[in-house]
Amino acid sequence: MIEIRNLSKRYGALTAVNDISFSVGAGQVLGFLGPNGAGKSTTMKMITGFLTPTAGSISVCGHDVETSPLAAKACMGYLPEGAPSYGEMTVRGFLEFIAEIRGLDADKRKSRLDDVINRLQLGSVLEQMIETLSKGFKRRVGLAQALIHDPQVLILDEPTDGLDPNQKHQVRELISTLAQDKIIVISPHILEEVDAVCNRAIIIANGKLLADDTPKALAKRAPSGRLDDVFRQITTTPAAQVAHA
Amino acid sequence: MHNIKAIFRREFSSYFATPLALVFIVFFLILAAAFAFQFGNFYDRGQSDLAPFFSYHPWLYLFLIPAISMRLWAEERKSGSIELLMTLPVTTWQAVIGKYLAAWAFAGVALALTFPMWITVNYLGDPDNGAIFAGYIGSFLMAGGFLAIGACLSAATRNQVIAFIFTVVICFAFLLSGFPMVLSLFDGWAPQAVIDAIASLSFLTHFQSISKGVIDLRDLLYFATVIAVWLAANSIVLDMKKAD
Repeated sequence: MIEIRNLSKRYGALTAVNDISFSVGAGQVLGFLGPNGAGKSTTMKMITGFLTPTAGSISVCGHDVETSPLAAKACMGYLPEGAPSYGEMTVRGFLEFIAEIRGLDADKRKSRLDDVINRLQLGSVLEQMIETLSKGFKRRVGLAQALIHDPQVLILDEPTDGLDPNQKHQVRELISTLAQDKIIVISPHILEEVDAVCNRAIIIANGKLLADDTPKALAKRAPSGRLDDVFRQITTTPAAQVAHA
Repeated sequence: MHNIKAIFRREFSSYFATPLALVFIVFFLILAAAFAFQFGNFYDRGQSDLAPFFSYHPWLYLFLIPAISMRLWAEERKSGSIELLMTLPVTTWQAVIGKYLAAWAFAGVALALTFPMWITVNYLGDPDNGAIFAGYIGSFLMAGGFLAIGACLSAATRNQVIAFIFTVVICFAFLLSGFPMVLSLFDGWAPQAVIDAIASLSFLTHFQSISKGVIDLRDLLYFATVIAVWLAANSIVLDMKKAD
């Protein structure tokens, strides 16, 4: 369970996230939509405890992110924007490091490593240095480290960016299989992904939460029945502009 | 403890995954020996000790230690891996200490590889090995002081070159504060207690007193304090600046 109450983040005069509240339960795949700079990544960074909110509170699996950050972080897996990792490490070394920090004991570590390597098809590059890998492999390494401790909550910032169509399909299938008993929050970088994997979509623009519904119901709001049109309609209305001013 | 160990191991092995370790160690050894032989008159003095070798360490460290420390946090910030690290279940302190200890251990490896100098004096004469041991301890502690300063300044920027330059400047100030030239600036107007305080801030005075062979608790305390203060500043800076 993720519970977000009256969350705000301000940088000086700029309000990146403006009084957002929502909660996500098990089995939900929440797509976080919005134009660039809307506050999607900022919100994800606050949920994962990287950024401290200016106001409001976040609790993940019953742990407040600010007051008990370690417990909250332990139950989350996070793929940051751009899938950063340690380029000079091998894929195996990197995943073992994450497994160690995540506190998996030797037996569990082996089986979890095998599982994520298998799921993300990293077998062929295990001994390669991460910086020598293609963008698609780097992204999958980032996904693998987020999954390694089989977390209750997954926060994935643009999980399919840089993947080819086949890999995108695989990652979406993976997300769908994981979704049954987990909470997944993703910021899809294209709208078609929302249809493909999400069962709930939130639209934010200029830090304000503007819509919260199932992708199907959202699509119906436009005469054309297309999510693109709804997205444009919602994020370019005067209301969205005013929210910022 | 577990987390510090994991971060230490990752960081330490990362030095050896790139040419950095090799380049650093080779240059450190060449320069350490060259200074001792060329400027320190290691042979001509006719004394079997390592004083000419140790006396150049502060100047060697002034430029080489910032080269190790500059990447500690600036690189994590630049590549974005800091976001990964700080969203793992580790505290800022654990990350700061784990990474710092790895850098210090690496400097220790470079220092330990100067052992042929020690063998040489023992072969040529009959040195006071206790004093040599103290010299190594002093040198290692001084490297730790420089590194703590560098780690903190590295966290303040995502640009490694800026981190390097700032570290050299601050370390230089810490070295020089014991020199008469600097102290004379305060002479005449500042109270003696202030001048003494500035002089006692110098790495040089404490390093020299240890490398004479006297391991005084006050000198150990001095380096421990310097390291602790700069690492505390490091974690504060990190919390403030990590997301910039």
